[in-house]
Amino acid sequence: MLADLYEDKLKDLEKKAEEARELVISSLLEAGSGHSAGPLGMADVFTAFYFHILNHDPKNPNWEDRDRLVLSNGHICPIRYVSMAQAGYFPIEELKTLRKLNSRLQGHPHRTALPGLETTSGPLGEGIGQAIGIALAADLDKRKYYTYVITGDGELDEGNIWESVMFAGKNKINNLIMVVDRNNIQIDGFTEDIMPLEPLKDKFEAFGWHVLESDAHNIKQFVDTVNEAHAIYEKPTVIIAHSIPGKGVDFMEKDFHWHGKPPNADEAKKALDELRTLGGKIESEHK
Amino acid sequence: MLNPNLKLNEKLFDEDVVVEPTRAGFGSGLVELGEKNPNVVALAADLTESTQAHKFAEKFPERFFQVGIGEQNMAAIAAGLAESGKVAFISSYATFSPGKNWETLRTTAVYNEANVKIAGHHSGIMTGPDGATHQATEDIAITRCWPKMHVYVPCDSIEARKATIASADINTPVYIRYTRDKTPVITTEGTPFKVGKMQFFWVNENPKVTIFATGYMLYYALVAAKELEEEKIPVNVVNVATIKPLDEEGILEATRVSQAVVTVEDHQVDGGMGSAIAELLAKTTPLPIEFIGLQNTFAESGTPKELVEKYGMDSKAIKEAVKRVMRRK
Repeated sequence: MLADLYEDKLKDLEKKAEEARELVISSLLEAGSGHSAGPLGMADVFTAFYFHILNHDPKNPNWEDRDRLVLSNGHICPIRYVSMAQAGYFPIEELKTLRKLNSRLQGHPHRTALPGLETTSGPLGEGIGQAIGIALAADLDKRKYYTYVITGDGELDEGNIWESVMFAGKNKINNLIMVVDRNNIQIDGFTEDIMPLEPLKDKFEAFGWHVLESDAHNIKQFVDTVNEAHAIYEKPTVIIAHSIPGKGVDFMEKDFHWHGKPPNADEAKKALDELRTLGGKIESEHK
Repeated sequence: MLNPNLKLNEKLFDEDVVVEPTRAGFGSGLVELGEKNPNVVALAADLTESTQAHKFAEKFPERFFQVGIGEQNMAAIAAGLAESGKVAFISSYATFSPGKNWETLRTTAVYNEANVKIAGHHSGIMTGPDGATHQATEDIAITRCWPKMHVYVPCDSIEARKATIASADINTPVYIRYTRDKTPVITTEGTPFKVGKMQFFWVNENPKVTIFATGYMLYYALVAAKELEEEKIPVNVVNVATIKPLDEEGILEATRVSQAVVTVEDHQVDGGMGSAIAELLAKTTPLPIEFIGLQNTFAESGTPKELVEKYGMDSKAIKEAVKRVMRRK
């Protein structure tokens, strides 16, 4: 059971998520390449994981009993790097090295480059299999940690995903929780135009999974949903997390063109102004 | 003559030489590892008995995982287990693993530096009647190009067991290549085996040619060497059981006197063991080389014996290659 999420802490997390979005934009601007929509869309979920859900220790990233967070769709790593920096895995300043020579922050995450990453990822469909392996190791070693794996939704086009989903269903792996970033976009367009995924809930249920759904931007609801997932012990659980790609930056939201590109300087300024004023609700001090 | 210092099978050239598939060495080696090391786990993709992983599965059911016909998932699960401290052996036919799941292995095992051991079975035309779809003849090429990879091709069932066991002590991914059909047992329990070291199996003081052979093809090379001796053509035959990391010093030393090379493998000549030797010699002491293996072609159904004859890989073809390379000196 996760700790209660009181109003004060929730407000704190929402502020952290906002700060995370700013850091994502500034890192991408500095990098000059990378993905914008996915990292912004998952900012609330990553904040919930790193600041409330995960049992972890940023100062001891290889602690054997830590919960594992596997990022399968490695291209959204800017948000993971940001959350890790905020949590104290490495200095915030290092975010400026994203995608640059000699950086630990590779364009797609490389496990051995940065402690705490759990896996190397980027090529799609491979995170859930690894998460299964990590979860099986927990059983073999009689450890109590949870293994969480975040996947994209377009990623579900990959056949190897379903090999893994079938395996987890057959083996009733209950210390594994999958989170699908259901943002409805992929590089070439909207998921339902490129390769329809619906009825997605039915697909997972047919493979022996318990399916929950959540608003990916309502931290309280997402935490409650993870809590509910912990109570399901007879099968693996997937949380379909409905997100808005590019969330927080009006001109990026719901637009698949922002899947794989960073903002230029003007766009970044516009994005940061918007984020820092909470969509115009407060006056920016950075204008 | 056969190297007297290596305790090789004295009955090697007898009609009734003991024959065993190298995959048997995988099966027994894996069980031995399971007994010694509780962190050893194994996965199979619906080919448990065929790959001989069933012996481990029967003895250590809690450490064995059946993934069904899904080699990509098998690779990823193995990587996850390895990330959590396990030594994970995956086994399937080599065309499927490391063939079909090549990129998954590249990302999650090799680049990720996860301790995954890839047992590729049914390698080469020795797979016989199943046909070219199931005869892995590119697996050495697609694994030896991976950085820091280890690639072993044992010559018989005994060496296969030793190579399997040795792979667990290597803290990086290892690819080991096994064959389906029974082949002559060349070594004995007493024959030394060391990762990264080639060995002279046939020795001569003044060799005209050095034959580098890998896998069961070593037998054909030794038969050729014996017959060439009767023709007064002295050669050396070297067992290259580790293709990566290549025993560079040993290979240079082995060619110092002969100054001519024949490479012998059941694999495409493009990118295999012969290519590895050629790369080394081109960088150091360029020498004439003849390559025995599949020459820009897939093979077909047939018995292993018929296939090695048709595709120019038997002892007769090796002897001809020796004579050709001597003329090129």
